[in-house]
Amino acid sequence: MGMRTTSSNRVKRVFVLVPSIVIALYFIWGFALYTGYLSFTESRFLPKHSWNGLDNYRALFEDDRWWVAYSNLFVFGGLYLAGCIVLGIVLAILLDRLTKGESLFRTVYLYPMSLSLVVTGLAWQWMLNPTSGLQRLVRDAGYENFSFNWLVSPDHAIYTVVFAAIWNGTGLIMILFLSGIKSIDAEIWKAARIDRIPTWRVYVSIILPSLRLTFLSAVMLLGFQVVRSFDVVVALTNAGPGYASDVPAHYVFEYFFQRGRIGQGAAGAVIMVVTMILIVTPYLLYEVRRKQL
Amino acid sequence: MTRRHTFRGAVLYAVALFFALYFLAPLYVMLVTSFKTLEDLRVSSIVSLPKVWTLEPWIKAWSGACSGLDCNGIEPYFIVTIEIAVPAVLLAVLFGALNGYVMTKWRSRSADLLFTALLIGSFVPLQLYLIPLAVTLRELGIFGTYPGLVLIHTIYGIPLTTMLFRNYYTTLPDELVRAAVMDGAGFFKIFFSVILPLSPAITIVALILVFSGVYNDFLFALTFGDPAKRPIMAAVQNIVSSVYGVREHNVNVAAVVISALPTLFLFLVAGRFFVRGLTQGAVKG
Repeated sequence: MGMRTTSSNRVKRVFVLVPSIVIALYFIWGFALYTGYLSFTESRFLPKHSWNGLDNYRALFEDDRWWVAYSNLFVFGGLYLAGCIVLGIVLAILLDRLTKGESLFRTVYLYPMSLSLVVTGLAWQWMLNPTSGLQRLVRDAGYENFSFNWLVSPDHAIYTVVFAAIWNGTGLIMILFLSGIKSIDAEIWKAARIDRIPTWRVYVSIILPSLRLTFLSAVMLLGFQVVRSFDVVVALTNAGPGYASDVPAHYVFEYFFQRGRIGQGAAGAVIMVVTMILIVTPYLLYEVRRKQL
Repeated sequence: MTRRHTFRGAVLYAVALFFALYFLAPLYVMLVTSFKTLEDLRVSSIVSLPKVWTLEPWIKAWSGACSGLDCNGIEPYFIVTIEIAVPAVLLAVLFGALNGYVMTKWRSRSADLLFTALLIGSFVPLQLYLIPLAVTLRELGIFGTYPGLVLIHTIYGIPLTTMLFRNYYTTLPDELVRAAVMDGAGFFKIFFSVILPLSPAITIVALILVFSGVYNDFLFALTFGDPAKRPIMAAVQNIVSSVYGVREHNVNVAAVVISALPTLFLFLVAGRFFVRGLTQGAVKG
């Protein structure tokens, strides 16, 4: 594997890696641990080093807004993952079946991926805003009593965030599954035709179950987006109305920079990471074990 | 038999078209809105074409729209974003390529450990970095400045580029390096004249991916951008949510459209690189 090395080469090697070592130790792990440490301190507008135990966590758990944000994380995460994966698979199969125009449709389904979540959020804000978007369109068409106000409804605003995020994220998942489907051995199709197995059954019972790794990639990729859901929330609903569509990523930001409660924000960030670890680890272990069997 | 097949084909295309409409609708509505006059916008349907096509909203969005009390359009923000993105992208790609080279062709246990440390770190929510970053940037005297953002994007771009290049360089045969060593080529000479020229595709992937990451960034832009010279996404969001004076929705929408154009254009001319980078990141990461 490695080459026989001269000592001058070793110096150059280390020299090249120094920035990355600094990044890993200081800017990634050091920073993460420091934020963890701040969650046990009295830091308000500025980081302070006076220990106050679990007070920040207590304040966090007593804050109604935190629980709204935290449960939204699961509503958003669950629906976003399910939506992107189901729609992504449907579109991948659809493209696989098309005889002509596949590349055109693929481009159309995929282009939202290149747009930022801010652009996505602002575009859907325009589309879903009762006074400028869908509601107005239907009313202008003569249905005066039509109402669609999810964007400004406390009970529904989070679903508009899900909707916009799915619009942005589906294309990539579709591509993942499409390349998985295309890599399936053509013999399977031949055999299925001989056995007169209907097309949809081939997809559902043979092809999709063989794409476990693709599912794993899709879940990891999307899960990664979920904890970073800050942008689309700010652009689409700004966590409103009130704080109905808040998510932890935004809650933490708000407490850091707008409310001057760094300690409590840090506690929220720690809970975010712990939640992520608790969800990801069992799934990864399960997949790794399956692979070994 | 054939009739059934054509019927099925028609259904397939109908469904494909339906989804195409879903994905295109926001783009279409934004585009037509951005070419309408305010008066037209008030009375016409959101999906209708402009009665009179006007470039006014685009011009105003570019050079006169207000973000807070500054009414210089998005041009200055656009320029500062490019000024941040270019050095950050080049540095992150260079270091990523060097890292990948060392980690695959001069492998050692400590380099593997470093890779794992970088990789796990890149999955952490960025919120965890904000306060220590603010402290560090302040210490360095570059808080709220453009070098500060270059530094941030370089630092947090390196894990991604390292992963991309490392995964790619593993597929290059070690004999290449061995032969070059035999010929007496040094460490950097091998990298610049053997390894790097063999990887134009992955280099383009990395350039595109990091560029769109920096360009589309919102969190760092909002937190560490100079309020008078915010990077583009923070600026556009601010322009759209600005409440001073009359809200000119056509101008706001035009600003959003303009801000979306660079990455959209990259996607249209180099979409396969986009896809390759992101899916590879997913599979290996």
